[in-house]
Formats: sequence, structure tokens, C-alpha cells
Amino acid sequence: MDEKKATRQAYGEALAELGKDKNIVVLSADLTDSTKTNLFADKFPDRFFQCGVAEQNMVGMAAGLALSGKTPFISTFAAFVPNRTLDQIRISVCYNNANVKFGITHAGLSVGKDGATHQALEDIAIMRSLPNMRVVVPCDYEETKKAVKESAKIKGPIYLRLGRSKTPMITDKKSFFKIGKANILKKGSDVTIIACGIMVHKALTAAEELSKQGIKAEVINAHTIKPLDKKIIIDSAKKTSAIVTAEEHQANGGLGSAISELLAKKHPTPIEFVAVNDSFGESGMAEELLKKYHLTKKDIILAAKKVFKRKS
Amino acid sequence: MKKLKLIANTLRQDIIRMISEAESGHPAGALGMADIFAALYFKVLNQNPKNPTWPDRDKLVLSNGHICAVRYAAMARTGYFPVNELKTFRKINSKIQGHPSYVDMPSLESSSGSLGHGLSIAVGMTLAEKLDKKKNFVFCVISDGDLNEGSTWEAVNAANKYCLDNLIVIVDRNYIQISGNTEKIWPLKPLDKKFKSYNWQTIKINGNNIKQILEALSKAKKANKPVVIIAKTTPGKGVSYMENNYKWHGKPPNKEQAEKALKELMKEYRKIKNG
Repeated sequence: MDEKKATRQAYGEALAELGKDKNIVVLSADLTDSTKTNLFADKFPDRFFQCGVAEQNMVGMAAGLALSGKTPFISTFAAFVPNRTLDQIRISVCYNNANVKFGITHAGLSVGKDGATHQALEDIAIMRSLPNMRVVVPCDYEETKKAVKESAKIKGPIYLRLGRSKTPMITDKKSFFKIGKANILKKGSDVTIIACGIMVHKALTAAEELSKQGIKAEVINAHTIKPLDKKIIIDSAKKTSAIVTAEEHQANGGLGSAISELLAKKHPTPIEFVAVNDSFGESGMAEELLKKYHLTKKDIILAAKKVFKRKS
Repeated sequence: MKKLKLIANTLRQDIIRMISEAESGHPAGALGMADIFAALYFKVLNQNPKNPTWPDRDKLVLSNGHICAVRYAAMARTGYFPVNELKTFRKINSKIQGHPSYVDMPSLESSSGSLGHGLSIAVGMTLAEKLDKKKNFVFCVISDGDLNEGSTWEAVNAANKYCLDNLIVIVDRNYIQISGNTEKIWPLKPLDKKFKSYNWQTIKINGNNIKQILEALSKAKKANKPVVIIAKTTPGKGVSYMENNYKWHGKPPNKEQAEKALKELMKEYRKIKNG
């Protein structure tokens, strides 16, 4: 668990492996090295399309390629896609149910020093509101590789939310992964922590600490936010009757919202949200920002204790 | 030539009936483009209505989806679906939606309706054809309104970058948009120079002249770079009270107005037939 690698690195490597399938094409909006799509471009230059800083056209081109039978992966920073290209995503991709894969990097506060303009914290909310779109937030390097490869096999639009920073390796090559299926990483009976992306590792370390303090936390890696794995979440809510959600995203509309919508309907349960509270980020080191905006192990522990107390 | 003129007239009658029956829709642009759609569907496009997704077909992306009545009419008249279904335009459970819906009718090639999308999609399709070493053409119809959108100009540059010589764009240059004259709302002149500056071949025609339309399309197929046919059309063409009046961009005729329009169009039909 000491080794760290970035999910964007896994993305680039997986694309380069997928490239032997001649239907795979990759589009980048200038940010080729940053998104690691250069690894594909170097191997398969004929199937790599450099689209310049013209993201709307890139999304439309990808839709056209998909409607003509190709499997395009498009890449840039999450600050630009979805935000800048929402209309194209909604109509050209989702309404057409075009087979476009969004390999989007630099999501969240952990982008770091570039500051608020480049720290996408709304993308999950935007993407999960769109019909036909799937939303996947892998927790680490190996999981990203699996997500990229599996997404190439699924027909229809998929948003893969990836990060900039090197993050701990939680899963290995053999760990079970399937889009749409959540993973229980640690069993517990007092409280359930449901996390995605970089918050999964923090959830696991929070659970260790909680167990020392006598609270048995269950940890669920909800890498697929849409479609949500309803059964695992409802069953865990029934068992623990207390939920914490953790995500590097606005509280409005993200993983926590998705869980709340499900449980409000199927099994009302007290929930606490570890997420950004309706604000922009700022420049700083990733870990400094996560601390300032309350996205740490400590914040998960506090939330777990709070929701544990709310259990009647 | 005469046959295509008669077909264009028939499409215009269909458009008036569809929009009047739906009590909503966009007559001006649809009427203005009837000659071009007659030429495309009855002469130019290499398609097979009985096998609409045949892989080697020519593709047509309609970016200004709001004029879809003319495309639906042309498709019904070429046998993509029964002419009778035109009555369902803009009604519940219809596959001919108010703006084109690809999932409801894959032969439309793409959904459209929000302006500025179509050309990017056509560029992507053309790239796919090139990767597969196909010789078919991708046609894209865009409007003045599409050319307000910055995304269309992104796509214009992309087509130049990738030397898409099998992409043929037709601009419905009718000088109106929903709020008035295009040059007052969002000036596009000099449009041909703008395209030329992106290294496109440009052809300017009267988009209501069948002879010019066919000549331009034939020339466009021979181009060795992306080509745009700037077709000056008369919005509302064929219906005296609609012609060149921007107020008919997105307003349906009422019953009496529709009858008047059909009377005029039928008179014109007889004139072409006997001429």
C-alpha cells in the first residue's frame, strides 16, 4: 500500500494496450502528455486525433466517429469536459447514445497548485444527470486499468473520472472489478463508509482507526456512481443503519446525493457527507487542500462518529 | 430537372401539411431548402432506403435540425417510411420528432436541434470513413444560425486540418434567423472569404435553382479539400406571404393560411408540369 501511482498513468497505459483493436481511436484537446494519451499516440498515430483547445468540436467529432462504428476515448481535464461541452455531451453523445468514452483527468481538489479554475468539483453531478451516461470513479491505478478496458467493451457513453496526483495502490490485478458492481473492502456492523476515487484509501485508514476506538466500520468502494449497485448499498444500510459518504466533489449532486436518493426511497438511513461544501477550491498542495476542505481521514472519522450517534 | 422541380414542390406541400397539422414547426427554412433536399434524396445521395444503414452509403447530417420537416418529407417520398406517417410529425409517440432523433430513426445519422453540433459530427464521420478507406461522401447541411456558434468554426478548422475532401457542406444561407435578419443579429459576411481563409473550397449558388444545385454538388465531389456550397435560398420559398419574412422562421400557418399556401403551391405544380 506504500507505492503510489496516478490513475491518469493507468489510463494512458491501458489505452496503449487497447490500441491493438483497430476500432479504438483517441482524441485529445491539446493536453496529450498531461492526460497520458501520448502513450497511445506514440504507438498508433493514425488513430490519434489531436483536436486542439477546441473541446466542443472534440466531443462532436467523437460522437461522429462513434456513430460510424469507432470506439473513441476522449481526454482532457475535468474542468473543461464536461463543463464546457455539456450541450455536445447531452445531445451529440447521450441523446444519440453514441459509444463515446470520456477518459477525463485532473478531477477534484487534488489537482493542486493550478487552483480553482482547474479543480472540477461538479462533474459527477453533471454527468450522472444525463440519460444513457455511466459514471465511474476508479480508486487507484489497477482499478483504472480495469475500468478503461471494460468500458471499451460496453456500448454507450461512459465517464471515467481520473486524477492528476499519484495515489496509494489499494487493489491489485486480481481484485474483482465490474462496472456497476460496488466492492465491500472491509466488513463492519456499526457504520458504512461509502467512498469513490481517492477517498477510498482514506475511508480504509479511517475504518482502521475507528476499529481501534471500538466502532466497526464497513467500507464500500462505490466506483460506479451510475448505475449504482443498489443491492450492496441497501444491504449495508440495513446492517449498519448509519452511512458516511466520501468524495472529492461538491456535496451537491455527487456520490452522496446518489446514495441519499437511493436510500430515501428504499431504506431511509442517517447519512453524513464528506465532500466539498458548496465552494470553489484554491491553489495549494493536494494534501493541504484536502485538509482545508475537510476531505481527510480525520473528517471521515468525525462524520462516522456523528452518524453513529444519530442512530436511534 | 423538371422531375426534381415537381418533387421539390411536392415536398413543400408536405411541409405545409405537416407543420399546419402539428400546429408548430419551422416552415421558412424547410420551404427554402426543398430544392436542395429534392436534389440530394432523388439524385445525389448514394443511399438505399430499404437498407438505410448499409455501410457504404453516403451520409447526411442535418445540423439545423429545426428544418427537419423537409428531410422527413424527402425521406418519406423516397421510401424510408410511409408518406402517411408524415401526419405524426411533432406528435406523441412519433419517430419523426420535432427535431431529429437518431435513436427513433437511425437513418437520420444523428440527432440535432441545438445549433453548432452537426459539422463536428460530420467531421468525425468523415474521419471514420477515411480510416476505413471508404470512398463515400459525408454531406452536412448547416444554417446561418449554425454559423453563429463558435463550435461550428472549430469544426471548420478541424476539416481543414484533416484534409477532409469527402466532406461536403451546404450552407442554407437564407439571411434570416428567429429574431430577424442575420446580418443585423450576428453578421456573417463575407462568408465565402471566411471559409476560404480556413483553406476550404467555396461554391456560391442560388439554392433554389435545381440546375445550379446539381452542378455544384457534382463539382464538390471532385474537390481535393473540404468544400462548402453557400446556397442562397429564399426562406418560405413558394408561399408568397412567407417568402423573405423572418417571422415565419418558427411559426406554423393557421388553417386558412395553410390552405392559401397549398393553393399557391398546387398552382405552381401545374405550371411546372405544363411548362
